Amino acid sequence: MTNDIAIRVRGLTKSYTIEHNKEKHSTLAETMLQNIKTPFRRREKETFWALQEMSFDIEAGDVVGVIGRNGAGKSTLLKILSRITEPTSGVIELYGRIGSLLEVGTGFHPELTGRENVYLNGAILGMSHREIARQFDAIVAFSGVEKFLDTPVKRYSSGMYVRLAFAVAAHLSTEILLVDEVLAVGDVEFQEKCLGKIKDVANTGRTVIFVSHHMQSVSVLCKKAMFLERGKALYFGEVPVAIDHYVRSFGKKSTSVSDARRRPGTGELRLTSVEPSKEFFESGEEKRINITIERFSRFEGKYFISCAVVNALGVAILHCDSRMTGHWVDASDTYHGQFILRTPWLRPGEYRVDMFVCQAGIIDAFEHACHLNILPLLPYAVTDNTEATAHGVVFADFAYAAAPAPAAV
Amino acid sequence: MNDTLTVPAAAPASQTRERKPFVTIRPTAGWQALNLFQVWQYRDLLISLASRDVKLRYKQTALGIVWVVLQPLIAAGIFSFVFGKVANMSSDGVPYFIFSFAGLMAFNLFTNTVGKIGGSLTGNAHLISKVFFPRLILPLSAVPSTMIDFLVASGMMVGLMVVYRVSPTWTVCLLPVWMALLLMLAVGIGLCAASLMVSYRDVGYILPVFLQILMYASPVAYSITKVPANLRFWYDLNPLSPLIVAFRWSIFGTGLGDLPHLALATGVTLLVLLVGLFSFKRMERRFADVI
Repeated sequence: MTNDIAIRVRGLTKSYTIEHNKEKHSTLAETMLQNIKTPFRRREKETFWALQEMSFDIEAGDVVGVIGRNGAGKSTLLKILSRITEPTSGVIELYGRIGSLLEVGTGFHPELTGRENVYLNGAILGMSHREIARQFDAIVAFSGVEKFLDTPVKRYSSGMYVRLAFAVAAHLSTEILLVDEVLAVGDVEFQEKCLGKIKDVANTGRTVIFVSHHMQSVSVLCKKAMFLERGKALYFGEVPVAIDHYVRSFGKKSTSVSDARRRPGTGELRLTSVEPSKEFFESGEEKRINITIERFSRFEGKYFISCAVVNALGVAILHCDSRMTGHWVDASDTYHGQFILRTPWLRPGEYRVDMFVCQAGIIDAFEHACHLNILPLLPYAVTDNTEATAHGVVFADFAYAAAPAPAAV
Repeated sequence: MNDTLTVPAAAPASQTRERKPFVTIRPTAGWQALNLFQVWQYRDLLISLASRDVKLRYKQTALGIVWVVLQPLIAAGIFSFVFGKVANMSSDGVPYFIFSFAGLMAFNLFTNTVGKIGGSLTGNAHLISKVFFPRLILPLSAVPSTMIDFLVASGMMVGLMVVYRVSPTWTVCLLPVWMALLLMLAVGIGLCAASLMVSYRDVGYILPVFLQILMYASPVAYSITKVPANLRFWYDLNPLSPLIVAFRWSIFGTGLGDLPHLALATGVTLLVLLVGLFSFKRMERRFADVI
């Protein structure tokens, strides 16, 4: 049986023009001054293709996972589908009302009470007052913050805040729903609740497009998946195949300057090289990663580096922020430095390293900057007991010592 | 978008071919239709945003709502002292305090609306980059809160007229007309300012200065009869001044000024509103990318 089409996309393209190696004109006076000084000069412009010639059909009732590395165009796709921004060319036909959850709690105001925020947030998401009123009790019950409905949300704990915000979003009853990693918030228990809610939504025959980095949720939730790379839909079909594409895409080395520019972040500074000092490390030894950061446009002051080590399950087991060691880098020169990881001992296997360059905000987010490969040699004295080392996320440098028995009272 | 919940999630397969898309997204270029119907469909959002603004205005202030009354009284008091007492300006035979209060009432309606609308896009940048709705909702949601100020000031005006024993004539019936024109002019200018401010934050700094100059270039604190004849031509180019003069005439029944200027100001007002609306619509599609 062929289903109805819910979303039809033809030749969807989105490009941005970037003026690079020039100071940005963010004030009217600067732009005018520049135009007066050199009226006929052609600006050095480069077109950045966020999405290129995408065409696909999504059937009604499908739950489609959209995966791809940072900068592949996932967010741009969602923004165009939800009509926040316009495509440069191409046509999209949506058969049904569309609702988008690009973040939870959009428009929540800290001074307003929980009740007021439910109505405001609902209206922002496109619900009518009547619709919210009708679902109000269900929303409140789902959030579990009944007692604090008339308290300003600035007095909420962050958990309560997120629960209430998600509760509103979860009751959006459009035929098509766009979801962007809203699950990345809240504690594990609440994430599971959210996942369950999305699953329920999917089971009611609504069309869901779900953007995520979390392969496990994609494989649990989605019937189909789309793999994006550099603004193109390279694969659309079976979930395991798409995930396989995604995983393999990390194997490709890509630190060319043009790739660096595609990455999220403001981009004044970019990580141009991130290389482990050795191809393989032993579990217990010191692991070093050489880093180069280059400046691409005007940038002043000091910045810091942050590094996440992610295991094969996608869990960030370590987060090492140079602010914690007081290491701030002066932006005046190209930075050549080293990230040194001493503890803990890593379990054998392959680790993904994400590197970030930040000041007030993120300047460069280089997800999957390199791998750390840990040799399958155990760092312990006894190395042949696999059962004893089967659990735990990392290895520890530990010991047991027998103490003298406490004296009888 | 449709608010009813009865839209079927999936139509029967036999209808596939005839089914029309609910929404078609394609790139737009040039001037666009205003699509006010879409704004109407999102009226609940407009109401929510407007009531948010009203609720938040006097949060964490000790005097709260009293400020709505205090602000125009203080301003008119200062004017009475500086212009009425010190500079001894004429006020067309009306007590100066109530004369300047009427001028300020009209001017504040205009200037508060322009200011609020001007900042309405940049102040809600997070909404623009995260959700879809007709962008016109944001500037329009700024209007009710300035209207409330105006209504409160109107109430105070009635009180002042009793105190000063000024009795209104039939002309007061035309007051809503001037009010509407002042609002339209303000919305037009505000929309231009708001859409420019998305790309150029300078507008946020220029705007208050511009509005300040405009106040002295309009007959708020003084009577238009005191403007030197050789400057009158330039003075009358400001569409705000015939509107303020007419506004005051409606209250006190004296000094309507000349009708051709009023007609011209009305024309300019309508033009400004249309330019504001359509240029906003034209620039709208870039907001989410630039803001």
